[in-house]
Amino acid sequence: MQCIGKDHPKVDGKGLMTGKLGYTDDLADPSSLIIKVLRSPHAFAKITEINLNGADEIPGVECIITHKDFKRIAVTRAGQGYPEPSPHDKFVLDNVVRHVGDEVLAVAAINEQLCLKALDIIDVTYEVMEPVLDFEKAIGHQSIIHSEEECHEMFPIGFEPSKNIAASYSMNVGDVDEDFKKCDVVVEHSYYTQAQAHAMMEPHTANAHIDFQGRLHINTSTQTPFHVRRIVATALDYPMSKIRVIKPRVGGGFGGKQCVHGELILAAIALKTEKPCKIVFTREEVFESTFSRHPMRIDVKLGAMKDGTMKAFDVNILSDTGAYGEHALTVFMVAGSKVLPMYNKVDSVRFTGDIVYTNHTPGGAYRGYGAIQGNFAVESCIDLLCEKLEFDPVKFRQKNMIGLGETSPIFEIMGEGTEGTAMFMESCKLDYCVERGLELMKWNEKYPRVANGRKVRGVGMAIAMQGSGIPHIDMASAVLKFNDDGFFNLLIGATEIGQGSDTVLSQIAAEALSVPLDKIIVYSSDTDLTPFDTGAYASSTSYVSGNAVKNAGDKMKELLIKEAANTFGVDISEISYEGLLIKTKDGSQEITLADLGNRLIYNEDQKQLIADGSFVGQKSPPPFMAGFAEVEVDTLTGKIELIDYVAVVDCGTTLNPHLALGQVEGGLVQGIGMAMYEEVIINSKGAQVTNNFMNYRIPTRKEITNMQVEFADTYEESGPYGAKSVGEIGIDTPPAAIANAVYNAVGVRIDTLPITSEKVLTEILKSKKL
Amino acid sequence: MIVTLDINNRPYEVNVRPDEYLLETLRNLRFFSVRKGCDTTSCGVCTILVDDNPIASCSYFTVKAEGHKVTTVEGIKEESEKIVDLLQKEGSDQCGYCSPGFTLTLYSMKQKLEKPTDDEIRNYLVSNLCRCSGYEGQQTAIKNYLEVK
Repeated sequence: MQCIGKDHPKVDGKGLMTGKLGYTDDLADPSSLIIKVLRSPHAFAKITEINLNGADEIPGVECIITHKDFKRIAVTRAGQGYPEPSPHDKFVLDNVVRHVGDEVLAVAAINEQLCLKALDIIDVTYEVMEPVLDFEKAIGHQSIIHSEEECHEMFPIGFEPSKNIAASYSMNVGDVDEDFKKCDVVVEHSYYTQAQAHAMMEPHTANAHIDFQGRLHINTSTQTPFHVRRIVATALDYPMSKIRVIKPRVGGGFGGKQCVHGELILAAIALKTEKPCKIVFTREEVFESTFSRHPMRIDVKLGAMKDGTMKAFDVNILSDTGAYGEHALTVFMVAGSKVLPMYNKVDSVRFTGDIVYTNHTPGGAYRGYGAIQGNFAVESCIDLLCEKLEFDPVKFRQKNMIGLGETSPIFEIMGEGTEGTAMFMESCKLDYCVERGLELMKWNEKYPRVANGRKVRGVGMAIAMQGSGIPHIDMASAVLKFNDDGFFNLLIGATEIGQGSDTVLSQIAAEALSVPLDKIIVYSSDTDLTPFDTGAYASSTSYVSGNAVKNAGDKMKELLIKEAANTFGVDISEISYEGLLIKTKDGSQEITLADLGNRLIYNEDQKQLIADGSFVGQKSPPPFMAGFAEVEVDTLTGKIELIDYVAVVDCGTTLNPHLALGQVEGGLVQGIGMAMYEEVIINSKGAQVTNNFMNYRIPTRKEITNMQVEFADTYEESGPYGAKSVGEIGIDTPPAAIANAVYNAVGVRIDTLPITSEKVLTEILKSKKL
Repeated sequence: MIVTLDINNRPYEVNVRPDEYLLETLRNLRFFSVRKGCDTTSCGVCTILVDDNPIASCSYFTVKAEGHKVTTVEGIKEESEKIVDLLQKEGSDQCGYCSPGFTLTLYSMKQKLEKPTDDEIRNYLVSNLCRCSGYEGQQTAIKNYLEVK
C-alpha cells in the first residue's frame, strides 16, 4: 500500500501550530456582539421574577433573552442520531434552573464590559427548592427534577421523570441466580466512578451571522455539525434549510463537544438581532455548564469454578445523569455492551440498572463512554475473584476472554439505546496483546510486587474492548470531485477535532486512487457543502467515514478508467490504471491524470467527474487492548507513582501509525487522569469546587514519564484497508490496571475512583489495624 | 488609552482599556496564535514571550507591555517551523490549540537552559498543558530540538 500505514504528518498540523486562522473564534466577525449568559447560583430553583432594572436600555446592549422569549419545545442537546435515545428534557431557556451554572438568561452587547454591566444590574428572584445531590437517593426523592409536561422520550427507554429516572434497562441471558448456586466461588462488590471533566484546551465557542439570503450561519466548535443543525432548527422552530453549520478547526473534544451548548442561545440572538454575534465560554462555564462523565455505582457479582471457568456474571449500575438526560441510557448501556462480551464463555449474564436525575452538572458523552466505568468495576472484580479462587488473574483472563471467530449473545441483545447486532470476531488478537504486554512489562520479574524498603512496586493489568461506530445507525458519506490538473477535492461530513481524521481520510482516498496525498484536498464538516456524517463520536470515523471515503474513491477510479478508455477508444478491460498515469495494457497509449483532467474540463467530452460514497456499518468490530500498570507505593505516606504503562492494542490496520499512537497515548493519559488525579467535586450546595485548572488537576508532563504502546498486526476485513477504531480504546484500562497494581503492591483494594494517596494510606492503616 | 507596543519587532499603536489583557489586544490585532484556554494562568495555552520570558497573556495587562519586547509564534517563524516539524515527525501534534504557547516556552527554554535533563525539561514546560497527546512524543521532539539525549 502506498499511502496507508504511512506516518503522514497531519495535513492541518503546521498551519494550526503556527497560528494560521482556523479555529472557531478566529472566524468570528471582529464586530460581533458578545453574548454572556446569566447562570444559576442555585442547584434547583424556580425563577419567579426577572427584573431587568433598565439593563436592556444601556446603550450598546442590543438584546436580552429570557425563557419568556421561547416556545416551550423540549429537546435533547445530546448530539445523537434521530430519534435520539436521550429524553427530550431541555428547553433553550426555562423558568426552572436545575444545576449550578444552568442558564437563566442571556445578554448580547457590543462588548463584554457592557454585557457584564447588564448582568450585574439584573435582579432574578428565585424560589429555591431542595436539590437532589446524592444520586443514590434520587429515586423516590421528594424533589422531582423534571415535572414539565413537555418532556418526553422518543421511544421507550424507561423514562420515569416522576421518580427522577431518566432511563432504565435490564437484560438477561440464562439464569444467573441458579448458576451462582453452582459456582465454587462467588464474589460481589460495589465500585464507584467519579465525574470527570473533558478539559479540552479550547473552550466551547460559537459565532453566527445572518447572510444575504436571510440564512443563519453558525461556526461552532462541535463534533456533530449535522446534529447541531437539526437540534437548533427543532429548538427554535426554524427551518433546517435556512441554517448552515460549519465546524472550523477544533481544539479538542473528547465527547465534550458532541452535544449542543452555546449554539441555541447564539442562534436565538442572531435571529433576533440579525447581527453577527459570538459566545465564548469561560473555563468556569466549560466545567459547570457543559457536561462531564456520568458518575456511577457499579455492583458486580461474579461466579467461577475452581478450575478457573467463569460461569455467571451479574452487573447492576446506578448512573447519575445530572440535571438533564443527555446520553443517560447509552453511556450506561456501553458500560455493559463493551465490557460483558469480553468474558463470552459464561453460562449466564444479567445487566440491569437505572440512570437517575440529580441537580449536578449533566453527564454527557466522554471518550470511553461508559466502557471505562464498566471496565474499572469488572476488571477490578475479576482480580478479586481470582484472589478468592487462588487462580492467576492473567491466566484466568486468557482462559475466559473472547477470541478470534467467537461471539457473545450480548452483541445481539445490547446496542446503544436499542437492540444490538449479532457479530463474530473476524479480527481479534487480544491473546497476542496480553502475551506481548506481559513481555514488555517484564511481568514475570515484577508480579506481584518488588519491595525496596518502605517503597513497594506492584504490577496490575486489565483487558478492554470498544466498538467501531454504531451499526445500522451511524452513517457517513463522502464526495470526490476531479479537477483540471489532476487533483481531487475530498468533501466529507466527518469531523476533524484534532484526532487527524482529515489526514487519515485523505490517505484512504489517496490509496483508493493510487495518487500521492497532495493530490487530495480535503474539506470537511460544512452542512451546506459536505455530505452527511453523524460526526466524531462512538469511535466511528476511521471505520464508518473511512469506508464511505473508500467507496467514493473506488467509484471515482471506475469513472477515471471509463473516461480513459473513452479517450483511447478502447474497452475498459484494456485499461491499466496507475494513478498519476493511465495506460492501455499493451502500452500503446497513455495519458497523465493531469492531462485527463484538463481534457475533461476544457477540451473534449467535457464534464465534471464526481463520485460519492456512503457507508453504514453492518456490525461494530471491536478494537481490543491489554493494559499493564507498574506503580510504586510509599507504604508510609500512601503516595503512589505511576512508573510505567504498557498498552498493546488491536485496532486492525493502523492507517497512520503515528496518529494511531497519539490516539492511544492521549487516551491512556486521560484514563490515568481518571484513575489517579481527576475528580469533579461538588459541595453541599451543589456548586463545583473544581471549576478551574487550579483545582481540577489533569495530568501534566511531570506525571507521565513512561509509556510503551504497541500495536498487534491485525486486519479487519470489513474495515477500510483493514482498520477498526482507535479513538477510545486507549482510555479504558488504566483505572482497573492501576487499582490492581496498587493491590498487588500493598494489598489494599481501592474501589472508588480516583485512586489517591489519601485513600491508599487510609486503607493501608485500616488493614494494619485488622 | 493609547499605548505603543513592540510586537515581533514591529511597532503597534493601539487603543486599549486600562484593564485589558494582552490576550485580548493581540487577538484584536489578529495574532491568531494567541489563544484563550483557562482565564486563570493555569493552562499555558495563551503563553507569549515578554522580553523573552514566557508569560500568560490572559493575565498580563497590555499597558504593562509598553517598553517591552512582545513575541508571539508569528515572530519566530523559522524556529517555530523547526519545532513544528519535529513535533509532526513524532506524530505528537493533535488539535494544535496548545502548540503556540508550548512552542514559545520551549524556545525560551533553549535560550535559558543548557543541555537540560528530562526532569528539567518537564519542570520548565509543566505549565503548558496538553490534553490530546499524552506528552510522550512531545518529549522526544523537545529533546531533538534541544539536541540532548
